[in-house]
Amino acid sequence: MLFFVQNKYNKGLMPPAWLNWTLVVISLTFLAVFLLLPLVIIFTEAFRQGMTLWWQSISEPEALHALKLTLLTAAVAVPANTIFGLAAAWCLAKFRFFGRNIIITLIDLPFAVSPIIAGMLFVLLFGARGYLRGITDSLDLQIIFAVPGIILATMFITFPFVARELTGLMTQQGSQAEQAALSLGASGWQTFWHITLPDIKWGLLYGIILCNARAMGEFGAVSVVSGHIRGKTNTLPLHAEILYNEYNFSAAFAVASLLAFLALVTLVIKSIAERRKKR
Amino acid sequence: MKIISIIYSLALIALPFGLVSCEKQSEADSLELLNVSYDPTRELYQDYNKVFAQHWLAKTGQNITINQSHGGAGKQARAVIDGLKADVVTLALAYDIDVIAEKTGLFPANWQSRLPHNSTPYSSTIVFLVRKGNPKEIKDWDDLIKPGIEVITPNPKTSGGARWNYLAAWGYELNRQLGNLDKVNDQLYAQEVEQANEKAQAFVTELFDHVPILDTGARGATNTFVQREIGDVLLAWENEAFLSIKELGTDKLEIVVPSISILAEPSVTVVDNNANNHNALAAAQEYLSFLYSPSAQKLIAKHYYRPALPEHADPEDIERFPQLIMFTIDKVFGSWQQAQKTHFNDGGIFDQIYVKGSNK
Repeated sequence: MLFFVQNKYNKGLMPPAWLNWTLVVISLTFLAVFLLLPLVIIFTEAFRQGMTLWWQSISEPEALHALKLTLLTAAVAVPANTIFGLAAAWCLAKFRFFGRNIIITLIDLPFAVSPIIAGMLFVLLFGARGYLRGITDSLDLQIIFAVPGIILATMFITFPFVARELTGLMTQQGSQAEQAALSLGASGWQTFWHITLPDIKWGLLYGIILCNARAMGEFGAVSVVSGHIRGKTNTLPLHAEILYNEYNFSAAFAVASLLAFLALVTLVIKSIAERRKKR
Repeated sequence: MKIISIIYSLALIALPFGLVSCEKQSEADSLELLNVSYDPTRELYQDYNKVFAQHWLAKTGQNITINQSHGGAGKQARAVIDGLKADVVTLALAYDIDVIAEKTGLFPANWQSRLPHNSTPYSSTIVFLVRKGNPKEIKDWDDLIKPGIEVITPNPKTSGGARWNYLAAWGYELNRQLGNLDKVNDQLYAQEVEQANEKAQAFVTELFDHVPILDTGARGATNTFVQREIGDVLLAWENEAFLSIKELGTDKLEIVVPSISILAEPSVTVVDNNANNHNALAAAQEYLSFLYSPSAQKLIAKHYYRPALPEHADPEDIERFPQLIMFTIDKVFGSWQQAQKTHFNDGGIFDQIYVKGSNK
């Protein structure tokens, strides 16, 4: 009897079958055209002229250097933003203080501004006529049109990922567990390692992965500060553009497929992390 | 705990890459140069760098690596002004190099007299690239403003090639109005020239009404036309037009040579202070003067640029260049400084034309 009532109740909520199917078909078509199709095209174009050419395209010195630079950039930007993000989220989630909302807004700034603004900001600061020129000159440092500029621009762009991801999560969890630990005599570090971190680890991983994906894929800001010197200041996305502009379509798509592959790996790890986070 | 070990292992994987890229730099008997160039010269300098590296090794026993950077000429000049450490600049037109000299003082203002042929080791001109069979029957500049024709050219604000395109179109109409471009510099015809310039402005305004997209550099515009198949005609460097036919096949595109065009003179110079800062001045100077050597001139013609010393090129390469009337910028527009000021600076004629066009 109970079963029957429930079923009837559900039925009333269900839209008619035709509407159901139309919506399913529309969203699936949309997914196929806008997500699946480009992905398939990237890989078919990349392998169109065979496995050997694909391998040559991604193993030639300029491509390898671009790959190294991309990994180096991510290797610096991601840990730096992870540490910053953890600290910021902890501070914002566990304490209420004057200016807290301003800080939250500021953390979102890199999401809000166009990447080209981020790039030009660094040109204005560190360029030959930039505001900080005196300091960089006296230290004999080349910031923009060199690797440090690329890393700085990437850090700026990927700055909010971890902090944003964790602020919400940590606010939700509150600080009772930590307070309990502290009152039972745990030290600050012990509380962090044994109470705070285990609670947020999947959220943290999720933030790191998103941060990493953007760090490796960033184009706009990096393009402004790179100077486009082949084999020196080209990241993988910039290298793909150069190859495309040089009529090397297969090579361009080979590099693009490498980026797409990195993105796919990222997405798989991301969905695992997401599932664990919910648990 | 697991999360920390993941972070550590990621860092450990990335570390060797970082070390490798730091390691490579300090080697005593090798030298690096940075050549900041404009868009279509990529293939030319890729080949030339190899030839020059051999020459330098034979001459001095030193290994040399030349790094390249390419983009729209105006954009590239901007980057050098902002601190891109170019040892030599090889840009699409003299004005962009003038701006670097003026704003940075990294090399003397009289740079253009330091090398033969006004520091122009190769020249080119502006031609039309159309789809195979020339379906819209485009033969000369006045066909570009016929109804329904879409013209592709990059943005004169950022691209040197685009400025040549614009001035070539202007010169065509001026020539048609005056019958003879010699009148431009003759006081007797001052009034006639003024009227002709008004007509020329109207012509160029109408031409830009036919332009659906402005890319920032010549290569971007070529890709818009060739790859994305937008537009009926591409205004292109002669060398760029030849190259796209070579890369993409004669079954898709063909070149149309207009009755008259501009002699486009890309110029080169050493950025003295930058090169001096890492003891590369001699190499940078040799890098540019070697462009005038017989082997380099031959290479230049192979890459579809008109060599300054055609006697060194293969005759069959020279034969590929179509015959057409070419006028110089100095003759029709006074100088690059003047042309830039009148036409392309903020508030110049191009701004008026383009604002008018986009308001329609």
